[in-house]
This record gives sequence, C-alpha cells and structure tokens, in this order.
Amino acid sequence: MKYLEVRNLSCVRDDRSLFKALDFDLASGQLLLIEGDNGSGKTSLLRILCGIRLPEQGRVSWHTGAEQLKAEVAVHSNESYAGDMVFLGHLDGNKLDLTVAENLEFSRSLALGNDCSIAQALERVGLKHFEDLQVSNLSAGQRRRLALARVLMSGASLWILDEPFTALDQQGIEMVEQIISGHLQQGGLVIMTSHHRVSFDRTMIISINLSQ
Amino acid sequence: MIKSSLARVFFALLKRDLLLAFRHRSELFNPLLFFVLVVTLFPLGTGADTKLLQAIAPGIIWVAALLAAMLSLDTIFRSDFEDGSLELLLLNPHPTSILVLAKVLAHWLITGLPLMIIAPLLALFLGMDQELIGLLVVTLFLGTPVLSLIGAVAIALTVGLKRGGILLSLLVLPFYVPVLIFATNAIEMAMSGLPVTAQLWILGSFLLLAITLTPWPTAAALKLSLS
Repeated sequence: MKYLEVRNLSCVRDDRSLFKALDFDLASGQLLLIEGDNGSGKTSLLRILCGIRLPEQGRVSWHTGAEQLKAEVAVHSNESYAGDMVFLGHLDGNKLDLTVAENLEFSRSLALGNDCSIAQALERVGLKHFEDLQVSNLSAGQRRRLALARVLMSGASLWILDEPFTALDQQGIEMVEQIISGHLQQGGLVIMTSHHRVSFDRTMIISINLSQ
Repeated sequence: MIKSSLARVFFALLKRDLLLAFRHRSELFNPLLFFVLVVTLFPLGTGADTKLLQAIAPGIIWVAALLAAMLSLDTIFRSDFEDGSLELLLLNPHPTSILVLAKVLAHWLITGLPLMIIAPLLALFLGMDQELIGLLVVTLFLGTPVLSLIGAVAIALTVGLKRGGILLSLLVLPFYVPVLIFATNAIEMAMSGLPVTAQLWILGSFLLLAITLTPWPTAAALKLSLS
C-alpha cells in the first residue's frame, strides 16, 4: 500500500504566503482534488509535491511499504519517488517538431516502467492513426491528449495533473475522467487541480481548497 | 535497473536533440554562417597583406569560433524550457547531470563540429601554413567542447530570465579567455617552430575538467531556474 504524507507544508512566493501548515495523507485508490481561486497557489503546491519547487517549510514523504512498512523517503531528488510519479503541468512538454510516436518513444525511454504500448496509449486517448503526424499539426486539445498518453504510458502510481481538462472537448473530458477512475481502481493515486466539476465517486475524493 | 538504462536514456536524448536540429536545419546553419562571414570579412577590412593575415589568422579563426559558440548557446535549453520538456527531464529518475551531458554533446555536434570541419578551409583562405592547419583543428577539437560545456552552466542559470543575453556573456567570457589564450598560443608557438605539447595538454586537461565538473553545476542551475 503506497501513500503520500504531507505535513505542515507552507509556500511563500514573492514575499506572499500562499498556503500555510497544509496537512494531508493520500493513499492508494484516492484522488486529491485541489481547488482554489486563481493565484491561490494550486500550481505551486503541485510543483512542490512533484519536487520541482522546494517548500518554505514542511515535508512531503512517499511511503511505499514494499520492504518495510513506513519506509520513509524524503521526496526531493529521490529516484524511487521520481520513478513512481508522473507530472503533467500547464505546458504539455511535447516537442512540436517531432511526430506523435517519436514524442512518446522518447518519454518511454525516460520512464522506468511501462504500462502499455504506444499504440494502446494513443488509442485510449483517442489519437489512433495520428502516430506519424508532427505535433505542430495537432490542435491544442490533441496536444493535451498526447500529454495524457505520456502519463498513461509511464506506469507510475502517482499522477500529478495540473488542469488536465484544459483545451479538451466534452468527450475528451469524459475520457480523461474514465482514465483517472481506472487508474484509481488499480490502486493508483491522483493529485489534480481543476476548475471543472468532476464526476468521480465521492468516496475516493479528498478535496482541499487553498482559498479558505 | 536505473544504472543499466542510463546509456539508453543518454542516447535517446542525444538522438532526439539531433533529430530536432535536423528538422530545424535553417537554425543549424546560423552559427556556421556567422563564423564564415566574420572570417571572410577580415581580409576585406585589413587589406590583402598576406604576411599580416598569416600572422593573425589563428586569432581570427579562434575569436570567430568563440563568438559563434557563444551565440549558439541559447539553443541548448531554451526550447526545452519553453515547451515544458525541461521539467520532465528534471523530474525523471535518471541523474540530471547525465542528461545534461547528452544535451551538451548534441549541441556540440550541431554547432562545434561544423565549425571544426569548415575551419581548415577558412585557414587556407587566410593563407595559413598547411602544417599549422592540422594543429588548428586539434585546438578546435579540444577547445570548442569546453566552450559548450561552460556555456551550458551559464545558460542554465539564465534560461529563466527574459533577457539574459548580456549576463550570459559576462558569465562565460572570463572562462572562455583561457581556452582562447592557450589555443592561439599553441599555433603561434608552432609558427615559430617551438614545441606545443604543453599547450595541447593544458587544453586537453581543460576539456577533461569541463566534462567531469560542469554537468553538476548545470543540473543544479537548471533546478534553480525552474523552481
């Protein structure tokens, strides 16, 4: 049973305190929904959780419990955490001059595990038959889907998604919701921000509102 | 598992960067064009005094190569920073220093290697002795990778800034000067018929030091720029 433990986390940006003393636990099969107004620190929180940004205070620990229960690891610059976590930020991280397949091929060589093949991932995000197209020819929504295909392929347990529904159409949003609930059912963990109303099973969701 | 896949990641990134450069061929030629233009303009500016040109040829070629290398630095991390793939590179479980090394190697193959290949032609054009041209290529081979490696540290520090241009040149130039001095000094010594092994060893040690020491500060600077 994997879980993420966050204790007493605070973030200061440009001398402005975004959030203080944030505590939560997230276990396998749970989704953390981070809500809040614009500029309330949602993205900063996600960047702290995935290790790009350092928190002002507090700690984030990742418990795998594989060898010994509560095998605590400091998250930052930790290989076993980085290998088990995938991040989808505001920017898709696709290379515009590479084809869809080349992009995924590259992200696959960076990841440690692999959940599914490139063709399977593309089919699940609705980009079948787009393999050989350069990403610069895709629409914003399709680029977002490609980024989601990368998340799907990573084989990571913890998904950290910043506004995954941006630029997606109604059918795309439903598709992503299905993918996320599928991941939760397989014992994965998801942390996401969204302005959309999400229609997940309420029992799996923990939500945090940074504006309050 | 992480160790065994390190080579795979290194070559995957190298391949990706070379492929991207190939798809952007026009940008590829910019530093090269700059290099050729500067060198060909010198005889027009100084007059066709063969003796003078011969004497300053190594200096011209090396200064032009150095400036061309500096102009091309920005491309190492800029596009990765802008499209978000730099974040993904830093977040993956492999050591960032190895990834940095792959990116710098790709950058050198794209910008440094063409300079090295075209330099003998330009040296002939300036009337350099044919025996000295081989030495010039050796100094470029040892020197230009150092320029890319040191430049990577500086560009990693400034990639988050909107206008890092002047800061970048202030950061890198002091470190470029020793390379320039030893490289041109080697050729001048050879012109007077003196041995140049000492200069070449020093350039070689610069290269080894740069390969072993710069990836870590570059990786740390990238983390700093992103946070």
